[in-house]
Amino acid sequence: MNIISRGFRGRRQDGPPDRVPPGQYLTDDFPVLSAGPTPHTLLDEWTFDIRGGAAPMRFTWEELQALPSEEITKDIHCVTKWSKLDTVWRGISVDTLLDAVEHDAGYAVAFCDGGYTTNLPIEDLTDGKAWVAYEYDGEPLEAEHGGPARLLVPHLYFWKSAKWVRGLALRDEDEPGFWEQNGYHLRGDPWLEQRYWGD
Amino acid sequence: MKTLELDVDWDGHRAGQHLDVRLTAEDGYQAQRSYSIASAPGERPAITIERLEDGEVSPYLVDELREGDRFEVRGPIGGYFVWDGDEPDPVLLVAGGSGVVPLAAMARHWKRVGSSVPMRLLYSARSWDEVIYRDELDRLGIGVTYTLTREQPERWQGYSRRIDDELLSEVAFPASENPRVYVCGSTHFVDAAADGLVRLGYEPATIRTERFGATG
Repeated sequence: MNIISRGFRGRRQDGPPDRVPPGQYLTDDFPVLSAGPTPHTLLDEWTFDIRGGAAPMRFTWEELQALPSEEITKDIHCVTKWSKLDTVWRGISVDTLLDAVEHDAGYAVAFCDGGYTTNLPIEDLTDGKAWVAYEYDGEPLEAEHGGPARLLVPHLYFWKSAKWVRGLALRDEDEPGFWEQNGYHLRGDPWLEQRYWGD
Repeated sequence: MKTLELDVDWDGHRAGQHLDVRLTAEDGYQAQRSYSIASAPGERPAITIERLEDGEVSPYLVDELREGDRFEVRGPIGGYFVWDGDEPDPVLLVAGGSGVVPLAAMARHWKRVGSSVPMRLLYSARSWDEVIYRDELDRLGIGVTYTLTREQPERWQGYSRRIDDELLSEVAFPASENPRVYVCGSTHFVDAAADGLVRLGYEPATIRTERFGATG
């Protein structure tokens, strides 16, 4: 049962309704949100690790850059209600990274500089649904937006697109990451409006 | 800016949390926004709304709403940017503009529970007129320092510039006292404050940030 807000008319979206999930509004900005200060890691110290497979796998920045990359254009949706359409990134498909490791994990936890983590089922990371992105809008990804590289998982709320990502820890169970432990939904599907615990 | 007191049936909130407001128009169109809770735990939830000129929700909440009107509220939300008062560490609150809202809740909570933890608020605003809750903040008993960045009243003796490392070094607790920090404001403000504190020796993990994008 909805309570009607007397006199509220609202501003109807200009955007295509089938691209804006429930409860979201469109923005042309690219808002920055984070839980703490922006980390700054030097590229010659940067690594991306995959743990929990048959053997640990590590990529240096150069090794990552040598992998096949692609340009990705996707809509993104933040749990704080803003959505931004047609954002352009460059990155390496997580399929490419996981193919380098023998594993039978069902889940992963992305871990990041600064201590941030987020959990995802493997099926949300594979089959062309996720990337490690290092360019946004044709430029190297800025630190504020998660550079040098972030996870990009556009079909889920953007807190799953972990900034300053440094690797994936493969797991047999779904282990709540940072926001998932602090009130936010375990999976975060914007089309089901899975924002918070209990949704 | 307008503060709304809400009559809600819930179990209470923690200082620093926010709630979601959902408005429904007669034809079923809905809009949702998040607002930090300004009141202390134990008080009736109150939200302070900044009226954004081209906003969709804030002009309605500030201009149209009358006592007795109803809308849907969800919350309280958030488990990280909170201060419960259980820890002995000193607390540094750094507010940029409307970012003072969740920090005021923490300061009010400090007063309500009679906390003896050292607490300081550094509040940056463009002018004295734009400082909200100002009579109240000065009377809570915490250390309050203002910096007015665009214009200052006559005979103003306080800071009159955007926060920088020197200002922080004069106002913040020494890093050696291991304070917890809560910074809230625009993303530029938060970057300046958080990066500055890290340069002063603060551990990044002790700095909790909440960035207000103006959400309309």
